[in-house]
Amino acid sequence: MAQMNMKEAIRDAMRVELERDPNVLIFGEDVGNVGGVFRVTEGLQKAFGEDRVFDTPLAESAIGGLAVGLGIQGFRPIAEIQFIGFIFEAMDQMLIQAARMRYRSGGRYHSPIVFRTPFGGGVKAAELHTDSLEGLIAQTPGIKVVVPSNPYDAKGLLISAIRDNDPVFFMEHLNLYHAFRAEVPEGEYTIELGKANIVREGSDVTIISYGMTVHTATKAADELEKSGIKAEIIDLRTLNPLDIDTIVTSIKKTNRAIVVQEAQKSAGIAAEVIAQINEKAILHLEAPVLRVAGPDTIYPFAQIEDSWLPTPARIIKAVNTVLEY
Amino acid sequence: MMSKVPYEVYTEEVEALSVLSPDGEIVNEAMMPKLTDDQLKEIMYRMVFTRTWDDRAVNLGRQGRLGFYAPVSGQEATMIGSEYALQKEDFVCPGYRDIPQLVWHGLPLYQAFLYSRGHQHGGQIPEGVNVLMPQIIIGAQILHAMGIAMGFKLKKQKQVAITYTGDGGSSEGDFYEGLNYAGVYKLPVIFFVQNNGYAITTPFSKQTAALSIAHKAVAAGIRGIKVDGMDVFAVISAVQEAAERGRNGEGATLIEAVTYRFRPHSLSDDASKYRTKEEEVEWSAKDPIARLAKYLEKKGLWTEEDTARVREEAKAEVNEQIKKAEKTEKMTVSGLLDSMFETTPKYLEEQKADFE
Repeated sequence: MAQMNMKEAIRDAMRVELERDPNVLIFGEDVGNVGGVFRVTEGLQKAFGEDRVFDTPLAESAIGGLAVGLGIQGFRPIAEIQFIGFIFEAMDQMLIQAARMRYRSGGRYHSPIVFRTPFGGGVKAAELHTDSLEGLIAQTPGIKVVVPSNPYDAKGLLISAIRDNDPVFFMEHLNLYHAFRAEVPEGEYTIELGKANIVREGSDVTIISYGMTVHTATKAADELEKSGIKAEIIDLRTLNPLDIDTIVTSIKKTNRAIVVQEAQKSAGIAAEVIAQINEKAILHLEAPVLRVAGPDTIYPFAQIEDSWLPTPARIIKAVNTVLEY
Repeated sequence: MMSKVPYEVYTEEVEALSVLSPDGEIVNEAMMPKLTDDQLKEIMYRMVFTRTWDDRAVNLGRQGRLGFYAPVSGQEATMIGSEYALQKEDFVCPGYRDIPQLVWHGLPLYQAFLYSRGHQHGGQIPEGVNVLMPQIIIGAQILHAMGIAMGFKLKKQKQVAITYTGDGGSSEGDFYEGLNYAGVYKLPVIFFVQNNGYAITTPFSKQTAALSIAHKAVAAGIRGIKVDGMDVFAVISAVQEAAERGRNGEGATLIEAVTYRFRPHSLSDDASKYRTKEEEVEWSAKDPIARLAKYLEKKGLWTEEDTARVREEAKAEVNEQIKKAEKTEKMTVSGLLDSMFETTPKYLEEQKADFE
């Protein structure tokens, strides 16, 4: 089995699908010749030709609209939006046109599109490259939202997303592209969308997270274990649909939970997770479910982002609060 | 001394090309499309039919039997002519007013009425009918047409996509992005702008400082042309040639057709607030149907009785289609939940319980 970082695993998923299905296309700003600003698609144009993998003029709404039109023609577009901040320019095409196509046409048309975009803080990137906007997308009916936390999941989830006949917003955390290598099987395999993963078993408290903060939570869990506290960590992997069953099963065991997200605290994924816990597992709780999240400011200037982002210390504090409640 | 910059290219006025004069004479033989007598009569039939349906739709709207409806009278030459110039396999990406193009391209009229009434079946385009649903986000459809055209190109199918917007739509970012992409990729797409002088209430003079919408093709490196949109022959000729160029791999065309909507923007709009009676009278003298009728009458192909007959046929057909729309099975919230994704996820299944 090959060792890959998350960027290589994502590229491998696209290579596998380009080979398997002639209808898969990749396009976006700078993705063709050089393979994107982060080189995620490096080498794919050379291998599959300029009809399959190509650069677009610089216009994100048009990238989205191109994907919608090609989807109607039976293609499976993988459209890269270069940086998370640029998705606002493509919001109509992603959230109104693609996400509503099946519904508006009563199933006559659909949008089998993956919108890939890098996001996430901690890398001292330029302004508007790092926001966690998954909450905006997850609130929109008709589009799925996927955030992998490791190379193995990234490949299996992306292959599922490409094969899905509905639009998927696939978010790649900048801090995870090169963070570590892990074993990734060659060839094709899929991870079902909408299924969370228990990345660490424990009995005292459930920590629910996704993306980069799964690793922050793991560091916190390592510390907690030293004082005998066993935390169970759930990596959501897909934010819409949300795998509430896995969460409820865990809470029935631990009776305590916190949710960790990099995004700002209010009206986001953590709020939705807690609302669903309230609906389905409130009698199993011994304490309120707390959130560890970014504060409700604009994403911070690079020089202060390390203080802004969730830390193991803040997670440990929240865990102790629910344990002592 | 000032340097000499060749600005002339961009500041030259372009005239709207006409083929048929308001009194029914052919004034531009070279641009006259080749049409058989039967085809000429068919075009006239469709225009009269559409005018009648528009008259009826306004009444149906007032009776509460239709929902949002954007009247089309005055724009029959642009709508019927442009669609008539296409092949069945060509793809139509409409704006919200472009219902006649959808219907003449194959969408059953009762479904158009269902769309207006707010029923999902209105958007369930039958297999084999290459059209999209009417677009409310002004300009979004321009990008879909560009993507569909790229699909034709990649599949090596000699078809074109046509997309419609208005003078207002030509100010949208999506309009420029679509033209630009189509230029770069040399796509078989026709951008058809019906310049009817008003974006709801805003006059064309406040829409752009460009001398014409056709000029905007220059910036995208595609071909642009401006035609008299009250002249069905000028419209057919322009679209036929643009389609031909698209099929031959020669790229995209922007067509500006200067027209006028005789009625207000919608059934809840009052045109007297923003345009004069004199202007309306002036434009009604250019009526595209009257103009074609004069030409056909001179050729002995059409009479007033024919118009009366078609109007009766159209009224009967509209009555039948609106009744069919009204009899269509009601939607359910469960049905809507099931139409969100290919496979309904569990959380949506659970939400059905609240509506059973």
